[in-house]
Amino acid sequence: MTTFDPSRRKFIQTTAASTCAVITAKLTTEAEAKSVLQPKQVVEPAKINILLRVNGSEHQLMVDPRMTLLDALRERLQLTGSKKGCDQGQCGACTIIVDGRRIVSCLTLAVMQEGHEITTIEGLGTPTNLHPMQAAFIKHDGYQCGFCTPGQICSAVAMLDEVKAGMPSHVTRDLNRSPEMTAIEFRERMSGNICRCGAYSNIQDAIVEVVGERV
Amino acid sequence: MKAFNYERATSLAEAVAKVSHIKGAKFIAGGTNLVDLMKLQIETPTHLIDINDLGLNKIEASADGGLRIGALVRNSDLAANQQVRRDYAVLSRALLAGASGQLRNQATTAGNLLQRTRCPYFYDTNMPCNKREPNSGCSAIGGYSRLHAIVGVSNSCIATHPSDMAIAMRLLDATVETVRPNGSTRTIPIAELHRLPENTPHIEHTLEAGELITAVTLPKPVGGTHLYRKVRDRASYAFALISVAAIVQRDGTGRVAVGGVAHKPWRVEAAERDMPRGAKALTAGILANARITHDNAFKVLLVERTIASVLNEAKA
Repeated sequence: MTTFDPSRRKFIQTTAASTCAVITAKLTTEAEAKSVLQPKQVVEPAKINILLRVNGSEHQLMVDPRMTLLDALRERLQLTGSKKGCDQGQCGACTIIVDGRRIVSCLTLAVMQEGHEITTIEGLGTPTNLHPMQAAFIKHDGYQCGFCTPGQICSAVAMLDEVKAGMPSHVTRDLNRSPEMTAIEFRERMSGNICRCGAYSNIQDAIVEVVGERV
Repeated sequence: MKAFNYERATSLAEAVAKVSHIKGAKFIAGGTNLVDLMKLQIETPTHLIDINDLGLNKIEASADGGLRIGALVRNSDLAANQQVRRDYAVLSRALLAGASGQLRNQATTAGNLLQRTRCPYFYDTNMPCNKREPNSGCSAIGGYSRLHAIVGVSNSCIATHPSDMAIAMRLLDATVETVRPNGSTRTIPIAELHRLPENTPHIEHTLEAGELITAVTLPKPVGGTHLYRKVRDRASYAFALISVAAIVQRDGTGRVAVGGVAHKPWRVEAAERDMPRGAKALTAGILANARITHDNAFKVLLVERTIASVLNEAKA
């Protein structure tokens, strides 16, 4: 996997780049031929210098204000574990942990995250030193294609902290008592992470294993 | 996304002055709705003023025995607040029925109130929409309208307000505190914050340009049994087809607000005296003058049955 991933990524990048180049060239020729497109003044927003703290290291970046945190992580810091699924906050594949809380990184701008502690899947564990949630996902086969997995794992880790902190959910029966570590609670609380392969029951088993109780 | 400039506000006065003076400027807080709409170029601000550093993130007791909720309090923190859970449970329940764990960690109290509709035609920039582009027409009328409003609609727009939280806030008679560009403050009863579409559906609330919500206050707790029932196409993480928020007292009196049926949180106080008479009478009053389409006609019966179910649960 470690050797295949970068080469596959490079292949995709090269292919995508050449396809784009062809399309751009074609459009330009057509536009020139028909003289339809008027030259427009391109408004470039002022780039902003930010300091992002990710997985314990600091990164000085010059970014366009339009850049989402997800794009900054993937395209600028090469932290490609966080995935771009829908880019609309509907799938959870880009879930990361900011100041200990899970958020979707596609709906926040990189410039808004200066001064915050960002943790991505790369910061939770490494191939030789897995986070217990990563190990449990492997043990219980909590994925099929793997695309949603980094978001599922980040979400699950922070979700358990929310239960421990006593934060209620839609299925918590008594709001005046602490929520319980039950499968029904986990299901509801993980609803922001969609798995197209339908590995939900195995994801559930992985979370239960980490909690260390039969629930 | 269209190009914009970005800066972090360091004071309230600076934030409102900038948004009112810079053409096309907007506030940004949680960003969950605004960033999404900016990607689609439905929102095209020229300048974003980030208000996250303004310290509007506290929940504190108010002078009259109620609760004052800072505009930037995240949805998850508000839902988990011990006093809200104990005295305003319908608000916790409504918040927890909305969005996902991730989004509730980002979304703010004021942002939730001001979020835009999820009408699919508002989102589809290839289709006419009076809310997105005034006087371009409404694609939902005569189109796919299963999700749309049945009361307070106009010939220009049948979009709904998507918030769960706002339904509970309306039920609780919340008040919105604001600061205007000239520095003066005012309070707006929640009933007067959102507008009906009429022939200007692009104007959704009564705030002035550059006016900023600083807090939402709840009056003294009213007791009773607090319930929020949301009916949706899947068990979690979906917008409401309809929702019912209710506070029912021991003597059978109480209040009801309904979501998913109108351009604003829908509550008809005059109808609430019929609560002891049951769901049918109550619903008749709440949904008087309903204007349905073929697709959303089911909502009338769904509201009645959901109210019946909620009243039963309150008795149990």
